[in-house]
Amino acid sequence: MPDKIPVTVLTGYLGAGKTTLLNRILTEPHGKRYAVIVNEFGEIGIDNDLVVGADEEVFEMNNGCICCTVRGDLIRIMDGLMKRKGKFDAIIVETTGLADPAPVAQTFFVDQDVSDAAKLDAVVTVADAKWLTDRLKDAPEAKNQIAFADVIVLNKIDLVSEAELAEVEARIRAINPYARIYRARNCQVPIAEVLNRNAFDLDRIVAIEPDFLEEGHHHHHDEDMQSLSIRHPGAVDPDRFMPWISDLTQREGPNILRCKGIVAFPNEPKRFVFQGVHMMLDGDLQGDWKEGEKRESRVVFIGRDLDEEAIRQGFLSTAA
Amino acid sequence: MSPTEVAPSLTENVTPVEAGAHVTAAAWLGDVAAFALGDGAVVLAKDGATHRVEAHPDAGVLVAASDGQRLVTGGDDGRVAVTGPDGSTRELAATGGAWIDALALHLGGAIAWSAGKRVTARDDKGREKLFEAPSSVRGLAFAPKGYRLAMSHYNGATLWFPNLETKPEALEWKGSHLDVTWSPDGRFVVTSMQENSLHGWRLQPDKGHMRMSGYPAKTRSWSWSHDGHWFATSGAEAAIVWPFDTKEGPMGKAPRECGARPAKVTQVAFHPRALVLAVGYEDGMVLLIRLTDGSELLVRRTSPGSGITALAWDRDGRCLAIGPEDGRAGILMLPG
Repeated sequence: MPDKIPVTVLTGYLGAGKTTLLNRILTEPHGKRYAVIVNEFGEIGIDNDLVVGADEEVFEMNNGCICCTVRGDLIRIMDGLMKRKGKFDAIIVETTGLADPAPVAQTFFVDQDVSDAAKLDAVVTVADAKWLTDRLKDAPEAKNQIAFADVIVLNKIDLVSEAELAEVEARIRAINPYARIYRARNCQVPIAEVLNRNAFDLDRIVAIEPDFLEEGHHHHHDEDMQSLSIRHPGAVDPDRFMPWISDLTQREGPNILRCKGIVAFPNEPKRFVFQGVHMMLDGDLQGDWKEGEKRESRVVFIGRDLDEEAIRQGFLSTAA
Repeated sequence: MSPTEVAPSLTENVTPVEAGAHVTAAAWLGDVAAFALGDGAVVLAKDGATHRVEAHPDAGVLVAASDGQRLVTGGDDGRVAVTGPDGSTRELAATGGAWIDALALHLGGAIAWSAGKRVTARDDKGREKLFEAPSSVRGLAFAPKGYRLAMSHYNGATLWFPNLETKPEALEWKGSHLDVTWSPDGRFVVTSMQENSLHGWRLQPDKGHMRMSGYPAKTRSWSWSHDGHWFATSGAEAAIVWPFDTKEGPMGKAPRECGARPAKVTQVAFHPRALVLAVGYEDGMVLLIRLTDGSELLVRRTSPGSGITALAWDRDGRCLAIGPEDGRAGILMLPG
């Protein structure tokens, strides 16, 4: 089985600095060749041989699932790119500032040809340190992009004070405590930390921990977007857990942007790892519980208007 | 033992052609085999000699169509090029960079191409007409009679008379439609869909819908038999052949399954004169299957990484051009 081509999705609200980050990635001396899929054709200033113009056509799948949308243009472009295999090592998809990252991610769950050829590596969101707080108030797209991110480049930190920076980070954390945040000026971040994250690779999900451990972290609450983490100090019963997670994501799928979990099943030496986007779930038994490791079960949801108590009760009722 | 393991072999009758890159499409220009490639070239092969034509320099051929005399290619350089059997090539049109997503040739000499939502039809006198579809057009097909174009897109297909003022006719069906084809009698329009199925519209006498589903993968190759009675399709671990020998089409009838193997069929091509189907698989195998009794002939053995991406018969059905994803192409010459 040949290696799948890694795909990095680059999102960020208008003016945050996506193109700057893209050009930084492309000009680093990493020896890799990228195919770049950008949203407006003929966009100036992208320094790369293989630039493909996309029109961000978001389609509903005909499977009775209202939130199951995919990027039709991406399916078509991937089909074309596969005819030029060997000409590039990785793909970067830059979305428009107003785009919801979900259809891009879901394309990799839904389309067999795409998922045979390529794998989603991570969703990287560029955020403007000065304006993000405002955008989180008035632009639902900006909130989606933060909630969805595996990596957040908090850009233009030279334009804000340390106090403002702490404030905007706290707002990000209120929505998504799991993304890795990099503070940057002019998108100067270590590129290796942005690429090859394997954030959607089940066998790379080894632990689910929030990214912040610093002391004195002040907690913010976002009005409608939350992250929810539930831990059970033991195993869950697969006969109850599987229907529960499946039913929850089917029912609450439109509100759940991302979910992840590592759970223990009784008498099962391997950990059950899952992750999902809206209603799409991908799960498998991956990697043994280590000697002396605490066999506990943990699930994490990031979403909108989640009924925290009901989800908590539901999960805990699957305890073995 | 599976039937394919005992299939009599024609592998000795295949002349290798080193195309060197992913074969996007194959065609015959008279007695010259043409292979359109993912590296932008068209390789012409005749009598064991090959000639490489740079139809899309530094680009890739995405789509191609042929009328038996010329090969028209659309590239990711946004160009439409036409290549002749003599190795001449010229640019027919350029979009300024937008990928050419679909192409169709009319036997009368007209040509149509699409880039995104924009469809251009150029008739045999060179008059161009534009159509802006509601969403990106993935497939184009000319009607067998008359200057009429079918265009597949999201939520259906549109039938358009480029040189008439009449309003284009919408054929609606929810979902993302990929390729489109017209039955040889002009009675049916069929599309392949994102959801691993085919959708058909019966144009006469009514607008009846046909759903042909159950495929484990998308159908990206299909072929009508010479008599128009059979429609072979890829996308399953056998060629799925639908009967179109009545006015009702395949409705209420089961398709035939030919060449069932533990590998997905990626290409199908009916012989131009007999009910014999060439079937190419994802694992590189090619079989000839006689529809009347299911008997099989082995043309190409399995070959890892060499899944079949193109098959084309010449006009008389004596030669079959075979194109795989790794460029190790070949030409079968039938004995006798």
